[in-house]
Amino acid sequence: MLSYVIFTLTLCGIYALLALSLNLIWGGVGLVNLGLAGFFAVGAYASAIATGAGAPVLIGWAAALIVGAVLGLVVTFATLRLRDDYLAIVTLGFAEVIRLVALNERWLTKGSDGISGIKAPLKAELGLQGFSVFYLGLVTLIVLVVWALLRRLDLSPYGRAMKAIREDQQLAAFAGKTVLRFKLQAFALSAAIAALSGALYAHFQSYISPDHFQPLITIYIFLAVTAGGVGRPSGAVLGAYLVVIFLEATRFATEWLPGLQPVQIAAMREMMIGLALILVLHLRPQGIMPERIPKAPRQPSPTA
Amino acid sequence: MTLLLQALINGLMTGALIAVPAIGFSAIFAVLRYPNFAIASYATIGAFVAWWANAGLGLPIVPALAIAFAVTGVVGVVAEEISLKRLRDNGALIVAIASIALNLVLENIVRFIFGNDMKGYDLPLARDLRFGELRIGPQQLQSLALAAIIMAAMFLFLRYTRFGKAMRAVADNPDLARLKGIDPARIAIVTVFLGAGLSGVGGVLIGLDTSIDPLTGYRVLLSVFAAAVLGGLGSIPGAVVGALALGVAEELALIVTPATYRTAVGFVAILIMLTFRPRGILGERAA
Repeated sequence: MLSYVIFTLTLCGIYALLALSLNLIWGGVGLVNLGLAGFFAVGAYASAIATGAGAPVLIGWAAALIVGAVLGLVVTFATLRLRDDYLAIVTLGFAEVIRLVALNERWLTKGSDGISGIKAPLKAELGLQGFSVFYLGLVTLIVLVVWALLRRLDLSPYGRAMKAIREDQQLAAFAGKTVLRFKLQAFALSAAIAALSGALYAHFQSYISPDHFQPLITIYIFLAVTAGGVGRPSGAVLGAYLVVIFLEATRFATEWLPGLQPVQIAAMREMMIGLALILVLHLRPQGIMPERIPKAPRQPSPTA
Repeated sequence: MTLLLQALINGLMTGALIAVPAIGFSAIFAVLRYPNFAIASYATIGAFVAWWANAGLGLPIVPALAIAFAVTGVVGVVAEEISLKRLRDNGALIVAIASIALNLVLENIVRFIFGNDMKGYDLPLARDLRFGELRIGPQQLQSLALAAIIMAAMFLFLRYTRFGKAMRAVADNPDLARLKGIDPARIAIVTVFLGAGLSGVGGVLIGLDTSIDPLTGYRVLLSVFAAAVLGGLGSIPGAVVGALALGVAEELALIVTPATYRTAVGFVAILIMLTFRPRGILGERAA
């Protein structure tokens, strides 16, 4: 039971990073990324391949960050001058292409067999139980650090400029904000965070395959950010914890239903996720922790 | 040369099948102004309804298609009224996200009822027709004819009927249309019925080619989007042109890349198109 709780909390932290990643661009500049699962996968594979080639784990994670950011730039580049629904369609396609590459380029990803035996940092020294506690602490610490940084960003002039772009990009451009640069930077940073989350996941599971990166993960994260409150990093983190707990609860709830095939139970659980997202959008679109709009800093009066 | 010609023929055939749901997607986009991801599940539902009518009740394909159109249309309208309608005021992205959730729910209702196994239609086996070196399957030819008839009917509907004209008016300028006494709520219902119904029919046509399972619609979603973006988002003739172009591009790509990368062709096509001609082949929103 204890190891189940530790496992679930670690997963919460990994999803919290994904939620922070989505919140940065959706709550920030008002773009969406329907390919989160793709960036998550890219980070996982980048770190697994780098460490598999002998690099230390930290280098693997750095590789994930860099590859994620670069791919984020590539994906956004073609759509930035267009309306935002184009980016939604392109990111969805991106995730699908990543899944195809992971399935087909066996020389790089071992195809559907997946990569196993991914380095678990300090596992030999700490033992199985010790490792899982250590890794939970590490993931939680990273979530806290990223949360604190993004919260600072949110409250800084940069964050205010992002939200101005979200509300009215023409007005923001008129006020002298370089809209395209802000969008590119925000998307690249967001993609890097999603990739880091994937790297943490890969070293936590020690095994990844294309099956681990279903588009369903993207839907989980949208539910998390919507439930928590779009535009507020604390909301994104809270939402991610709630969603993982909700997911685990549906596991237990469906066990109570007699006479169902396993495939029907799986279908019920996915249905519940979809229904939950629709309900949240209808009933509480601002989320549990609605965005706070901080007062603009007072200008020093010219007479003082 | 034969290889190229065969690829061209195959591409036009698969393109014509993609064009049917792409028209449905474009109609909804043109009138309601949001990308509806739930068309994937509408295509799946259509495929399963027709399968049930064909393999279960023993009906031939044409009546099965008609039943699939009607049922998916109704499912689409009910789903839209319950889950998406109230969100339309909050902007296209919110409705798009809700439609992804709706897609997940509907797809899993199909999975709950029918399971994950692949199912095939009850069709007579037929030998390929040969024209010199070229081969064409009679089933594909029938599907192509059906797709062409459906597309022609859709164009006649848009051009000559009251609802068709009203739909074009709303797509063109919703405020002006309202001023002229067109009720946007009724037009929305008709549009969703048509859009969902066409997606359903598209799902059947695609299913006739191979077999169907709960992910049938999801697998073609990207191709449908690619077709719509290539032709110009919201343009119905554009959806047809985009779908045919995409079909040919996919078949030509098969000559140089492995078949598994087929859906990636759509993605690359979108990227190239958006970079060089962002409004699509026929320009945006001219239903």
